[in-house]
Amino acid sequence: MDSGPDKLAIAIPWARGLLGLRNPVLAASGTFGYGVEYMPYGDLAKLGAFVTKGISLRPMPGNPLPRVAETPCGLLNSIGLQNCGVERFISEYLPCLPDKGVKVIANIYAHNLEEFAELAGILSAETKLAALEVNISCPNVEAGGLLFGQDPQSAGQVTAAVKKRSGTLPVIVKLTPNVTDISEIAKACADSGADMISCVNTLSAMAVDVRSRKPLLGKGIGGLSGAAIKPVALRCVWQVARAVSIPVIGIGGINTAEDILEFILVGAWAVQVGTANFSGPDMIFRLPTELASRMDELGIASLESFRGSLQM
Amino acid sequence: MLTITDCSVLKAAPLGDRQASKFFLLRLNAPGWTAEEWRPGQFVMVRPVAWESDLPLPRPFSICEVNKEELGLFFQVMGKGTARLGTLRAGDTVRVLGPLGNFFAMEADRPTLMLAGGMGLAPFLGYAHRHPKPQNLSLLFGHRPALDSYPFERLRGLGLLKNYHEQKPGDLRIFLQAVDESIQDNARRNGLILACGPMPFLRAVRDMGKKYGASIQISMENRMACGIGACQACVVKPFVEGGSADRPLPPVFRQGLPVPVCTCGPVFWADTVDLD
Repeated sequence: MDSGPDKLAIAIPWARGLLGLRNPVLAASGTFGYGVEYMPYGDLAKLGAFVTKGISLRPMPGNPLPRVAETPCGLLNSIGLQNCGVERFISEYLPCLPDKGVKVIANIYAHNLEEFAELAGILSAETKLAALEVNISCPNVEAGGLLFGQDPQSAGQVTAAVKKRSGTLPVIVKLTPNVTDISEIAKACADSGADMISCVNTLSAMAVDVRSRKPLLGKGIGGLSGAAIKPVALRCVWQVARAVSIPVIGIGGINTAEDILEFILVGAWAVQVGTANFSGPDMIFRLPTELASRMDELGIASLESFRGSLQM
Repeated sequence: MLTITDCSVLKAAPLGDRQASKFFLLRLNAPGWTAEEWRPGQFVMVRPVAWESDLPLPRPFSICEVNKEELGLFFQVMGKGTARLGTLRAGDTVRVLGPLGNFFAMEADRPTLMLAGGMGLAPFLGYAHRHPKPQNLSLLFGHRPALDSYPFERLRGLGLLKNYHEQKPGDLRIFLQAVDESIQDNARRNGLILACGPMPFLRAVRDMGKKYGASIQISMENRMACGIGACQACVVKPFVEGGSADRPLPPVFRQGLPVPVCTCGPVFWADTVDLD
C-alpha cells in the first residue's frame, strides 16, 4: 500500500514562514552533483529536495588523487570541493533543472566572511533555489586556518554574514562533528539567525596501506561517511535537537527507511542521504515509498508525532 | 544509454590456477543491450544486491564481452570487494549500471594496433569481436602472471596477436621495444592505436606515440565512486590547448578544471590529458 505523498509531506518552520517539502528525504551535498547527473535515474521532484555540490565564488580544482577510498561500512574522501564556481553553476547547471516541483538547496563554501556574504547575495536572486546550506567545515583563512565550524564565534559570524544577504531564502548551517561540543556550535549558529541546522558533515579520518606505506588518499587525511558514522551522527542530531529550537536535518550513513526513522526519532525534521547515492544512483528515489511502508508496518501515524519521541 | 539492470550470475569462472586464482571472468545474464547500445571501451559499475552498507561502492569494470546471452567482465582480485565478487554463485543477483563512459574509435579499414598491459586486455576482447575486419587488428599483450590467467585464447582471427610474458628483469624492455616498433610501423601507415593498462605503461605508449606522430587513444581507470560524473573522485587534468580539426578538444576541457574519467572518458586521445 502506498500511503501517498501527504503522509510524508513536511513544512519546516523558519523565520519567514514554512519550507514545504514533499517528503523528508533529501540528497546530501557532494554526493548528488548538481542534480542533473541523477536525472536519468529518477524524478528529482519525488525527493524532498537535493543539496548541490559545494559552490564557491570561483572555480576550485580540488585535491590530488586518489580522492576516495572505501573503508569498512564507509567511504573516505578528499575531493577538495572541486567545483565550477557560482557563475557557471547559475549559467550552466541551474537552467538544466526543471522549473517546477524540484527543490534545490545550494551548498556554499568560502574561506572568509566577505566571500560567504557575496555568494549568498548572488544566489539569493535565483528563483529556482529553495534554501542555502552553509558549509562551515572549511578553514577560516583570516583566523589562522581553524575551521569556521570548530569555533562558536566564527560559526556565528558566518551565519550572520550569510543571513544578511540571503534575502528570502532560509539558511541551513551544516555542522562538522569534529568538535568537542556540537551543541555549543549549534547554539551559536541559532543565536546568529540560522534558520535550520544540518548535521553532520564527514568525520576527519585516515586510511593507510602497510605495503606501500602510503595513505590511501592523496591528501592523507579525508572525511569519513557512510554507515560507519551513523551512530556518531545520531548522537550529534540528538544533542543538537535538544540544544536549539530551530529545526534539525540529520545526515550520516542513511541507507534505509529505518535509518531515516532513527534520525526522526532523535529529533530530525528531515534527513540527507549521501554515500548511499554512490551505491546506486536510483537508490534515493525508492526511499520515500519505502519510508511510507515502513511507517505503516511500525504503526507510525505521522512524522510529526514520531519526531523526537525517543524514550530515555 | 544509461540503464540499471539486475543481472543473474551465470558463473564467476576462475582463470588459470583454479585453486588460487585471482583472475575471474564474471559471466552475467545479458542485460539486453542491443549492439547500438554499447561500444567497446565503455564500462559498467557492478554491485551485488546482497552487499549491504558494508561495501558501499560499486566496482567499475570494462565491458569485456557482450552477446545475446551474456555480459562478460574480466577482473583481478585486488581487495575485499573483488574477492567477494569472486565468490559469487550462479543465480546471485548483481546490479549493473551502464554502459557508461565513451568508447574507442573504430574504423574498419584503418590498421589498428591494440596495446594491452595486464588487466588492460579486458576491453579489447569486445573490440575485436565487434570489429568488422579483425584482420586489420594487431594486439600486443604484456603480462606478468601466467598467460592462462587471462582470457587471451578468446581472441581469434586478428591480423597479429602476440603476448610477452615478463618473468625476469629485462623482459619488460623486450615488450616495450616491440611496442615501440609497432607504434612506429602503425604511424607510418596512418593507423590507429588503442592502449589500456597500468599508468606507467600508458605514459610510455604516449611518449612513443609522440615520437612517431601516432594517433593514440588510451583508456584510464582512476578510482571511482559514483561512475556518473557527480562525485569528481576519478578526475584527470585535461590540456586546455591542443586538439586538431578532425578531433577538437571537448569544450569542458577548456574550462581548466580536472574532468571526470567516468563521463569524459574512460577513453581519451593520449595527447589531450595530463598523465604525469
